[in-house]
Amino acid sequence: MTATASPGTPGVLGAAIKDALISAVLTALLLTPLVGFRATEDGGGPLILTYRFGLVAIFAGIVAVLRLVLNLTLWRPGRTRVKRPPSPALVAFTDRIGTAAKPAFFVLLVIYPVLAVLASGGLGPSRYWIDIGIYILTYVMLGWGLNIVVGLAGLLDLGYVAFYAVGAYTFALLSTSVPVSDFFAGALGADFWRLWSFWVCLPACGLLAAMWGVILGFPVLRLRGDYLAIVTLAFGEIIRLVLINWVDLTNGGAGISSIPPITFFGIPFSSGDDGFAALFGLTFDPMHRNIFLYFIILGLAGLTAVATIRLRRMPVGRAWEALREDEIACRSLGINTTLTKLTAFSIGAMFGGFAGAFFAVRIRFVSPESFTFLESAVILAIVVLGGLGSQIGVAVSAILLIGGMEMLRNLTFLKSDWLLGPDFDPSLYRMLIFGFAMVAVMAWRPRGLVSSRLATIFLKQRKKVSADLVAEGHG
Amino acid sequence: MRSWDRDPILSVDHLSMRFGGLLAVGDVSFRVGRGEVTAVIGPNGAGKTTVFNCITGFYKPSMGRLALAQGVPASAAEIHDLTRMGRASVKTAGGSLHLLERLPDHKVASVAKVARTFQNIRLFSGMTALENLLVAQHMGLTESGLLSPAALFNLPSWRRKEEKAVHRAIQWLERINLLDRADDPAGELPYGDQRRLEIARAMCSDPVLLCLDEPAAGLNPRESLALNDLLRTIRNEFATSLLLIEHDMSVVMGISDHIIVLEYGRKIADGTPEEIRTDPRVIAAYLGVDEEAVEAVEAEVGI
Amino acid sequence: MDIFLQQLINGLTLGSIYGLIAIGYTMVFGIIGMVNFAHGDVFMVGTFTAFIMFLLLTTVLGITSIFLVLAIVLVVAMAFTGLVNWTIERAAYRPLRGSFRLAPMISAIGMSILLSNFVQVAQGPRNKALPPILPDVIVVWDSGNYQVTLAYKQILIMVVTVVLLAAFWWLVQKTPLGRAQRACEQDRKMAALLGVDVDRTISLTFVIGAALAAVAGVLYLTYYGVVNFADGFVPGVKAFTAAVLGGIGSLPGAVLGGLLIGLIETFWSAYFSIEYKDVAAFSILAITLVFMPQGLLGRPEVEKV
Repeated sequence: MTATASPGTPGVLGAAIKDALISAVLTALLLTPLVGFRATEDGGGPLILTYRFGLVAIFAGIVAVLRLVLNLTLWRPGRTRVKRPPSPALVAFTDRIGTAAKPAFFVLLVIYPVLAVLASGGLGPSRYWIDIGIYILTYVMLGWGLNIVVGLAGLLDLGYVAFYAVGAYTFALLSTSVPVSDFFAGALGADFWRLWSFWVCLPACGLLAAMWGVILGFPVLRLRGDYLAIVTLAFGEIIRLVLINWVDLTNGGAGISSIPPITFFGIPFSSGDDGFAALFGLTFDPMHRNIFLYFIILGLAGLTAVATIRLRRMPVGRAWEALREDEIACRSLGINTTLTKLTAFSIGAMFGGFAGAFFAVRIRFVSPESFTFLESAVILAIVVLGGLGSQIGVAVSAILLIGGMEMLRNLTFLKSDWLLGPDFDPSLYRMLIFGFAMVAVMAWRPRGLVSSRLATIFLKQRKKVSADLVAEGHG
Repeated sequence: MRSWDRDPILSVDHLSMRFGGLLAVGDVSFRVGRGEVTAVIGPNGAGKTTVFNCITGFYKPSMGRLALAQGVPASAAEIHDLTRMGRASVKTAGGSLHLLERLPDHKVASVAKVARTFQNIRLFSGMTALENLLVAQHMGLTESGLLSPAALFNLPSWRRKEEKAVHRAIQWLERINLLDRADDPAGELPYGDQRRLEIARAMCSDPVLLCLDEPAAGLNPRESLALNDLLRTIRNEFATSLLLIEHDMSVVMGISDHIIVLEYGRKIADGTPEEIRTDPRVIAAYLGVDEEAVEAVEAEVGI
Repeated sequence: MDIFLQQLINGLTLGSIYGLIAIGYTMVFGIIGMVNFAHGDVFMVGTFTAFIMFLLLTTVLGITSIFLVLAIVLVVAMAFTGLVNWTIERAAYRPLRGSFRLAPMISAIGMSILLSNFVQVAQGPRNKALPPILPDVIVVWDSGNYQVTLAYKQILIMVVTVVLLAAFWWLVQKTPLGRAQRACEQDRKMAALLGVDVDRTISLTFVIGAALAAVAGVLYLTYYGVVNFADGFVPGVKAFTAAVLGGIGSLPGAVLGGLLIGLIETFWSAYFSIEYKDVAAFSILAITLVFMPQGLLGRPEVEKV
């Protein structure tokens, strides 16, 4: 160990102080143009510059102190990270927890609405928690759907939101279509379409999205790596731009509203005599519908998970993973790689389509704004941060990311006068922190939270395959 | 008449492969005998791997015909008719005939039943040894389409099929002495085991012709012996013909029935090991004209 | 004919801007094989910096010579944006070099989100407009019912582009840095063994790419006079399309692709429909990648078995 590296010597401290000063100067330089100056409208007049050098100094100070502390503790030179192999007892214990975790997780998801109602003290107040649950589960489902494409087949899809949009718009257009409603009105009663449209359309939305997966996938799936990512991004944007500009069909940027609400298999959640509450002898509460929506998305997400587990054990699922490992070897074994990629792409798309239909019936309004590239990036981030191919990892990362972003809405302390003023909107910070988190988590765990792969079949013992061996795909 | 001319499983005629201005393989013709071990040898850059890639469908040859006869030998007239018809495959009396240059790579494997291994091992390293062998049986398991409902809902008919596939995989694992490591990821196995696993994987796809690209490369003498045993087992117990590229003379001379020598993309010799061993052109080409080196190889092959 | 000529002028102006941004994509892809998703937002940061500097110089310091202002703005924007991209590479991409392929891409997407939202938080979400810069035009041709004009700022944009491209070309062709860059493109490990400082070369590549994007930003600001935090994404994708169309990895290809995309966009808007101009750009991207992945001037990729 050299003198400069030994802890506590002036060398380490000096280097740390130097580093802190440099980072402070760098931070100040980086922040001065866009934070130090701010162009503001002076009551409709020309733009004037206001100065916030104090803020720049504060940030530079924070960075300097942080780096100083880190350099003296965690990043101290010569500090060796002791990596003891975990004791066998601990491994056995975590394995037992691991096997128990999944059922526990599932039970927790099922009783979550009950917990929410009990914890918040009534149906009405639980609304916030139920809605967050629905919101997170939607992303869990989207993450699992995309996981088939990216995690199993190794195809990098940056336009997954397109299939979400196809599902949502299919349902929105069909359920608000007067001719379709009239068609069913003749045979099955005037209210049929209003009450049953979701249940009739749901499979159609999935199939249509899958069809679009085939149409978009067919020409592009021979591309590799980043090229495939870019083309799928382009397709996602094209679909969004068409939704904006094809006003006759989609009503353009204004979107489609008055989509009929969800029904309990034909029974509306209304306060009338034929409503859900009256028929089941409950007092009417608008929250019934939200709780029902929660169970629908739970069911849809569960369907995605079960289907993925089954598919992984089938020849097609094994072919997906083999494709991710080595495409050339697959071809040498007689696997039609184009067809195999197409099935992954379209099955992933189908689940995106289901989620889209659910989104439309929940919000009862669709517009192109909900389907931007950012949405695709968020879903991909969920999959990658969770760990490619790992369902539990994807679920946890969806809870952390989406739940975390939801929590960030409550950053009201930033509104205090000494920081950014009361007219400041804290929700703006959400995406800033989200972007930062993506960068930071990649630096911390490039392979995501759960990086090992579980074999699909075993003779004696199901072993974990460490991430170093698992390929990430080339397409 | 030579055995490989009497009953060829693969007839290569006038094969040429051009990359831009470079002629990698020029007008090469040879026969691969059914049930025999055929070796392609030659100095580095002689075009051996290019020939292999053409046979296995990874390259489309610039010119030439690759006729593979499954079951029974195909007559010249049958091959000629198929070539004229413009199709890739045809059923013949007692078998089928395929023109490999007309099939996409995955069909060379799935329809014409030509399997291969690679010079740089291409196992699915993140999947277990057992999974590797199951992927190879993909074609047999997906007769009812990629997404058979029987498999999706885990019906008994599917479970029986899967059991059979697993049983077959276990047999192969036993044969290559890897049963204990069935649940280990392929990437964690020692190099020699990976070589044998790759061969077992290729065999699990039920080939009539197995092409091995330098199977002994990088093996130590003990692993080399195990490989020889495995190749002999394949030749003796299965109806699979073997075509291999090899540098290791002890492997080539020890198990080949028929050797083809390439140099600068052309065939310079074709015959039994004894004929090749004594062919002065081969010795000169393979080792240059350095006398000492010739003597060294003569000593090695035991003249 | 008259409209055609006008669109040609407009298209070349726009194309110069795209070409300058495209170089950043193509250089980074060439040297580390990564699509730098944040590059469009780096361009936006350059544009915003130019905007702030412009305000500072004209309203606060009261400099009246427009050329002096533009020269200072250009230098400061290039330096600052270069520093930003240098930091991004150091902090977000270098730690991930050589690891999992998806990681730098996710990191870059995160960086793109971070940059645009940082500017939104720091400067507000609204469009910011400058008073018109160099508003005069030259009437090139008058057909009686239509005047073909060439604005002074269009001349400025093309002249600045040509001069900087020439300087840049000299930099990558004739200097040790350019040589090191090409060596790293060919084989990074070998270059390192031969004593090329790979980290420094990659850092400088990011700095140069960002400086050129900043030039594009200054020109964009001069041309449109408006800037917004969200203005990075679409020009970024178009410039990426330009890089792909020209053949990713090829520097002349990036410029050629930029000019073509600029021309296609203006002609499409003039003759077909302005609503679908972005669809046209994205479609070209998809079509190029599917049918001609090596682009116009790129090298085809051969699959090794």
